[in-house]
Amino acid sequence: MRRRMPDSRDREMLTGNVAAAWGARLAEVDYVPAFPITPQTEIVEKLSEWFHSGVMSGRYVNMDSEHSMLTAAGAAAATGARVFTATSSQGLLYGFELLYTIAGWRVPMVLVNVSRALASPITLEPDHNDVLAARDCGFLQIHAETCQEVLDSILMSYRLSEDPRVMLPVIVNLDGFYLSFTREPVELPDLDDVRKFLPAYQPTHASFRASKPMAQGIAVLGGSLYSYFRHQIQLAAENALAVHEEVAAEFESVFGRRYGLIDAYRMDNADYVLVMSNSFATKGRAAVDRFREKGIAAGLLRLRVLRPFPAAAIACALRGRKAIAVLDQNISIGFGGITHGEIASALYAERERPPLLSFIGALGGKDITIEEFDQILDDMQAASRSGETPPPRLLYTSTDQAQIDAFLKLAGKEVPA
Amino acid sequence: MTTFRSIKDTPREEFIAAGTAACAGCGGLEIIRLANKVLGEKVVYVNAAGCFTMLALYPFTPFRGSFLYTTMGSAPAGAQGVRDALDILRSKGRLATEDDLQVVVLAGDGSTYDIALSSTSGTLFRDLDYWYICYDNEAYGNTGVHQSSSTPLAAKTATTQSGVALSDAPYGRKDIFEIWRAHRPPYIATVSGAYPVDLMRKFEEAKQFHGPKMFLASAPCPTGWHFDPAKTNRYAKLEVECGLFPLKKAIHGEVTHTLVKNKWRPVEDYLRGQGRYAHLFEPVRQDEAIRTLQSGVDQYWNQYRDKGAPK
Repeated sequence: MRRRMPDSRDREMLTGNVAAAWGARLAEVDYVPAFPITPQTEIVEKLSEWFHSGVMSGRYVNMDSEHSMLTAAGAAAATGARVFTATSSQGLLYGFELLYTIAGWRVPMVLVNVSRALASPITLEPDHNDVLAARDCGFLQIHAETCQEVLDSILMSYRLSEDPRVMLPVIVNLDGFYLSFTREPVELPDLDDVRKFLPAYQPTHASFRASKPMAQGIAVLGGSLYSYFRHQIQLAAENALAVHEEVAAEFESVFGRRYGLIDAYRMDNADYVLVMSNSFATKGRAAVDRFREKGIAAGLLRLRVLRPFPAAAIACALRGRKAIAVLDQNISIGFGGITHGEIASALYAERERPPLLSFIGALGGKDITIEEFDQILDDMQAASRSGETPPPRLLYTSTDQAQIDAFLKLAGKEVPA
Repeated sequence: MTTFRSIKDTPREEFIAAGTAACAGCGGLEIIRLANKVLGEKVVYVNAAGCFTMLALYPFTPFRGSFLYTTMGSAPAGAQGVRDALDILRSKGRLATEDDLQVVVLAGDGSTYDIALSSTSGTLFRDLDYWYICYDNEAYGNTGVHQSSSTPLAAKTATTQSGVALSDAPYGRKDIFEIWRAHRPPYIATVSGAYPVDLMRKFEEAKQFHGPKMFLASAPCPTGWHFDPAKTNRYAKLEVECGLFPLKKAIHGEVTHTLVKNKWRPVEDYLRGQGRYAHLFEPVRQDEAIRTLQSGVDQYWNQYRDKGAPK
């Protein structure tokens, strides 16, 4: 392969999905069991093409469901292969049982989830209820904002996943449509550099060999044994925080790009902080820029590594702010924004806690408008002045309501006042 | 042709240790004990939730080979992942030829007939090179004996208190042999622990085929069928002798019966003595139900008689 220098000439315009496929290709994965689901399908189409043409070696196999797909993926990882697969939304939920199962096997693999809101009603555009449903299972989670970050995070995830101190599978998340189908300039790392950063997987603790029989995933009876293994998973996930920082430093030294557990944007002296994740954080950055132009000290904290949850890093980044607004692109029905609750728990031990506001927006890919960001800032400023935290706000504009009203009218229904 | 001419040819070497958590008199355990003697020690069992999940209990495993517990609904897909990974690692020079394994799914009828049916179908469609052993005790045994789509008409389970009624399952239990055969895999066979030579010959014969090698095994269950654990072999034998469990194979779809009798014993001989059918005889004899079960057997064999002698 021609050696690529980190130069703007070597950037290619790639969708988030194709960037994900490149991540798997550059990681030289051995095995991809696949099942199509919108908006992830372009990833497996690309990988199928590359295995077919021979630029990737190993096997690509079309499975019969996400449940089977994830079983095959985990079982191949348990046998000693480097495994990649991808899914989205309903597919992630259909295979959900395997997420816990594979994490419990303590085998490395990378699963890309292309976020898409969950039925019902069935829909296509993104929010994060799918991936956040998987937050307790033992898969680590990295959420990407850009196409470049998708590719880079996949390479980093294999290092993290295969580290003997971790040995847990990883989900790399990207937003459907907004990132999966958006082309951005992506620097394709040089394969030799990738090999330096990510050597071939050498299974040590889990594999199947005739000369070394092994029973994996077997039953335990009694809470003492079960708790022992569950605690092991928790400790391994905790290890992943430090391992991530090592991996990130090494990644930077090879590729020149640095990724943190969290991503701070214009946080220097920021009084008002937006907390967001994934591709919509780009809208948050634009809002922060606008506020700064107006002389308001605003900043953005983007959640990147969601599992393990970097509570200490978050508490540190939010210390001494006037107000914080967590913008959840998900809703735990009957509770509210999922990451708002998690950030609140991260801040509880702080001596001084700024007002922590909760906003739920962009469900099913709904836009967040400039006016809504203005409202969020107003609410933060008011809370900072009064010291009172308002109840969670569901972002929904009169324009959104007008659309529903028009459809209700079209359907011959009464439009509520 | 075969190394198994009589019971005396049974290899003495054991591959599954005694003293497992299986119930006394488990018919399924005898099946895998015999099968493993033919398969040898280079196997990896891929297990679905069921009775045999209880065989390997941390920190013990009775298997000399390897073992992976997957889920109830996807052991065949687990076999896909293991087989594919072994092939990939071999082709990339990361696995020595002598380290290769045969992949064997170990699943009960609840998994096989119901929750993992689409996963199995996928492996048959893809011509996965693996073995599948269904130890069929005709119920979800490990949960406490509940109806599966393998539970026969009239059989009592903890969820069919009066026995499986005609109105609930008018077409009888699923014919999993025929469901498999519709996929045209290279080898399918039924096996019984009461016919060990027939069993070992079939596993031996299947070795020559690349692709799915499917085994449906009669697994009399003292716990679920309510009979004395000492009589497992008796009921295994009666199930065959009464014509209820035809010993057969299908090579590339062509069915051959490996045991054919001119006259089968009446099904009543098999039903009597099993607690799950006791209500057919006490307090009042249920002639119609017994006749229905008998006519099911008669119909099965007649379909072959009508086309000449059953093969």
